[in-house]
Amino acid sequence: MLGYLLRRVLAAIPVMGVVALFVFLLLRLTPGDPAAVIAGDNATPAQLERIRTSLGLNEPLYVQFVTWINKLLHGDLGVSLISNVPVLNMIGQRIEPTISIALATIIVAVVVAVPLGVVAAWKQGTWIDRFVMGLSVLGFSVPVFVIGYILIQIFAIDLRWLPVQGFKSLSSGFGPFVERLVLPTLALSFIYVALIARMTRASMLDVLGEDYVRTARAKGIGEVAVLFRHALRNAAVPVITVIGTGFALLISGVVVTESVFNIPGIGRLTVDAVLARDYPVIQAMILLTSLLYVTINLLIDVAYTLLDPRIRY
Amino acid sequence: MAIESLPEPSIAIAAPPRPRFGFLTATPIIATATFCLVAIALLSILAPWIAPHDPLQLLPAQRLKPASEQFLLGTDAYGRDVLSRIIYGGRISLLIGFGATLVSISIGLLIGLFSGFFRLLDAVLMRIMDGIMAIPAILLAIAVVSLSGASVMTVLIAITIPEIPRVARLVRSVVLSAREEPYVEAAISVGSALPKIMWRHLLPNTIAPLIVQGTNFCASAILTEAILSFLGAGISPETPTWGNIMAEGRAYFLIKPSLIFWPGLLLSIAILSVNLIGDAARDALDPRMKQREAGK
Repeated sequence: MLGYLLRRVLAAIPVMGVVALFVFLLLRLTPGDPAAVIAGDNATPAQLERIRTSLGLNEPLYVQFVTWINKLLHGDLGVSLISNVPVLNMIGQRIEPTISIALATIIVAVVVAVPLGVVAAWKQGTWIDRFVMGLSVLGFSVPVFVIGYILIQIFAIDLRWLPVQGFKSLSSGFGPFVERLVLPTLALSFIYVALIARMTRASMLDVLGEDYVRTARAKGIGEVAVLFRHALRNAAVPVITVIGTGFALLISGVVVTESVFNIPGIGRLTVDAVLARDYPVIQAMILLTSLLYVTINLLIDVAYTLLDPRIRY
Repeated sequence: MAIESLPEPSIAIAAPPRPRFGFLTATPIIATATFCLVAIALLSILAPWIAPHDPLQLLPAQRLKPASEQFLLGTDAYGRDVLSRIIYGGRISLLIGFGATLVSISIGLLIGLFSGFFRLLDAVLMRIMDGIMAIPAILLAIAVVSLSGASVMTVLIAITIPEIPRVARLVRSVVLSAREEPYVEAAISVGSALPKIMWRHLLPNTIAPLIVQGTNFCASAILTEAILSFLGAGISPETPTWGNIMAEGRAYFLIKPSLIFWPGLLLSIAILSVNLIGDAARDALDPRMKQREAGK
């Protein structure tokens, strides 16, 4: 197990190396002067020079890369070109809304989607199954910003149950915090529910025909226990996997949701950085999210061994 | 003596499955999806003849007008006809959707074919593909667009890059299993040229999975383009795209929500149709699905 873990961590290093190289080359391979690209059309020569020095663009390419990697490995992600604040501090200030929405989304999605998928598989071919599958295709197809605005229209404008936009930190009270979290979470969970429900159904269908399920039923165990204790436990591995691969969806969803609901989180930070061409921030965000993606999928692979004792590495 | 007729082979030689397109009208729902997609495509292609107004024409006196006989869906903040902009908006969505699919499949197919065939190349190529796949597609896309300037071409490239590794991996896996098949081993051992082996024996195996992957990606490419435009990191705002119309509508959402809902509806219908067709394609073309159905 330890050996496997070590091998997996080692295998992640070249992946992150490629990501770093890609991020590094993204700016340098762009046609034209990178400093001019960042500064925009109305930059003065002094501004251009400042950007060049701050990014080290006057050095040879390999020197730039080595310096940059060296800084990265020491935890220095650079300084924003716009606000002159270290990127790590900027992220720290805005991580709370993003983590809150992401966690709430995953929890809501799992709680809603897994039972939906189980029931759809159990009642395969009936109207319940068709309804769940229809909902799932819809979830994939209606963009999160469309859902977001529909939710705002219904619950914030027509019914006036919830605030339209914004975010309140947990430190300012649980009520206001949850109130502003409900709509973004609902909007974002939709696609996640679709993804997980579908995977749960497919994976349940695979195990429901197995002998041990028939045995469990023959023993006279209640149907709920058969479904959730005997079948679902064996169907869990693909479901957990899809939560991990769906992480990429979550990222794009967070970026959009934060824009729709005016939430000052990491997603909004990234979009603002992109619009302002704040390159160190863009670079850092791509690196960090990729690292997170790789780590999450690594953790999920490890989780398999806990969930399913048959899987041994 | 010329051989006029060969004896029947004792073992049936199965040709690689050829995709059939009957699934496009298999059920009423799929048929509706196909119809919607064709209708949206026709609207987009015939936009100059169908649209009641010029989508770029500014009428400052007619700002944010409600629906009327002159402007069926009203006007936007610059006095442009919303209906015409929505009709034209389909052009970019479909162009990007189908364009990105074709390009990513072509490049991914090449990488996958070579990667599946040459071990040494495989190790290097797949590490690069893993790296690109680790970067969230949307971040990669907005970064590429913001750095190289917003045009249809850059948006297309930005959406295509993250998909290439997924196609390459799929093709590679098909090639890896196909090259163990007796007919490929036979072709190698009789000294068939490599391009011929790839073209005649490996490529046909990849067609069915690629159609499935392609339709799924087409839907997500349409979505990504709309997200890019919506975030302001896509094609320049005056160009009518569904995402752009909605992005402009954000500021006026409380006054005129229809600026978001109409393009959102069309966008959703387009993506839904492509997704449904993709599901139907998978059910029709994926042999594993057939086995599962048969085993029931």
